[in-house]
Amino acid sequence: MAKTTGPLISIRRLNKAYGTFTVLHDIDLDVAECEVVCIIGPSGSGKSTLIRCINHLEAFSPNSTITVDGIRVAPGPALAKVRAEVGMVFQSFNLFPHMTVLRNVMLAPMRVRKASPEDAERKARELLARVGISEQAEKFPGQLSGGQQQRVAIARALAMEPGVLLFDEPTSSLDPEMVGEVLDVMRKLAGTGVTMIIVTHEMGFARQVADRVIFMDAGRLVEAGTPAEIFDNPREERTRSFLRAVLNH
Amino acid sequence: MNLLNTFFNIPVFLNSLPQLLWGLVVTLQIGITSILVGLGGGLFLAVARLYAPAFFQVLIRIYIDIFRSIPLLVLLIVVYYALPFVGIRLSPFLSAVTALSLVSAAYTAEIFRAGIEAIPHGQFEASAALGLSGRSTMMDIILPQAIRIVIPPLTNNCINVMKDTALASVVAMPDLLKQATQAQALNANPTPLIGAALIYIALLWPMVAVVARLEKHYSRGKR
Repeated sequence: MAKTTGPLISIRRLNKAYGTFTVLHDIDLDVAECEVVCIIGPSGSGKSTLIRCINHLEAFSPNSTITVDGIRVAPGPALAKVRAEVGMVFQSFNLFPHMTVLRNVMLAPMRVRKASPEDAERKARELLARVGISEQAEKFPGQLSGGQQQRVAIARALAMEPGVLLFDEPTSSLDPEMVGEVLDVMRKLAGTGVTMIIVTHEMGFARQVADRVIFMDAGRLVEAGTPAEIFDNPREERTRSFLRAVLNH
Repeated sequence: MNLLNTFFNIPVFLNSLPQLLWGLVVTLQIGITSILVGLGGGLFLAVARLYAPAFFQVLIRIYIDIFRSIPLLVLLIVVYYALPFVGIRLSPFLSAVTALSLVSAAYTAEIFRAGIEAIPHGQFEASAALGLSGRSTMMDIILPQAIRIVIPPLTNNCINVMKDTALASVVAMPDLLKQATQAQALNANPTPLIGAALIYIALLWPMVAVVARLEKHYSRGKR
């Protein structure tokens, strides 16, 4: 992806409302290249909605601006370009159930990047090896465990060689014993210089891998800082009470 | 014995069999053409209804509702006997195919719409997030999954179209039923009618059985 001098993702005065209910309120956020940002906060605080705005899975107020690598995120032909640059991993995996694991990973590079089937397959097998599931390549998603499916979903997103990866609560629908394997893959990714924005409830993981932690509540960005600042020394009372509730249970 | 001679008269049956088989060929021609045109039209309408501008979506909705409401026999008679008054003269074959296809497309569109709507929203989102075009989303992701869901109701619709071809006999189309009624008049014996009924059953029973099996297969939660 082309080098830009400014931040890779720039969000300015992001607002979103469902009718009279405000979901996101005046969010400003810059994410630099190679940065790993974790977004934490209570359910319904707008964390998922925020990252879903970045690839325009959610529409937002026309007065708000989001740019990804200098391209403005808005409906229209440029959106496909943004989406090709922004990979996403969903809470519910959303693999394509009628295709093999291999085909799931190969499809988008072939259709969007016009990769040849041979190149796409080589790349897909490489990525499946990287997330530790090469031997499942010919199976269908329904035959895999949740943790394996989520790792396929990560490989599928990586196949597009995106500049940014968005993770929308990637471990929230997994059985507890499978959370670790997915977090391990993400931890390794974070070490390779991929820009990542992660919505998560895994506080230990956030503390360990994040360059910056963002706390959101009621559609507002309450506080942002290094993991040490947020977890050990939060300035805001709302951050403190949230952390008390999730850490001491 | 009188009953057998009346309804199952072997000489009469053998005598009229070639005529009945010709009728069967015509029935199959009307049925298969209408099924294919109806499938294509219905798929087009269903996808267009998802993606076309709002105005066309309303038009498609109206089309579907009208052609699901109008009795096929009425439509057929309008096409064959009324359209010539405005200069549109269709042959009996084209009249039958037109009427059957218009109605079948409306039902097929509804079936496809239900199939597409049954695909979880996450599949659309994952496709969008990967940057797939609308076309690729439909062709690669949504339709291959939707078609599995709609095969049983589509097969049902095909059976209905096949049965409804019998209505073509009212516009003088020499289909299976028409040939049977003519043979009956010729022989002064109803055996050809019984023969035609048996041929319809022999043609459609396997399809009915297939639907039943498919429905059982898909209801086992295989996806």
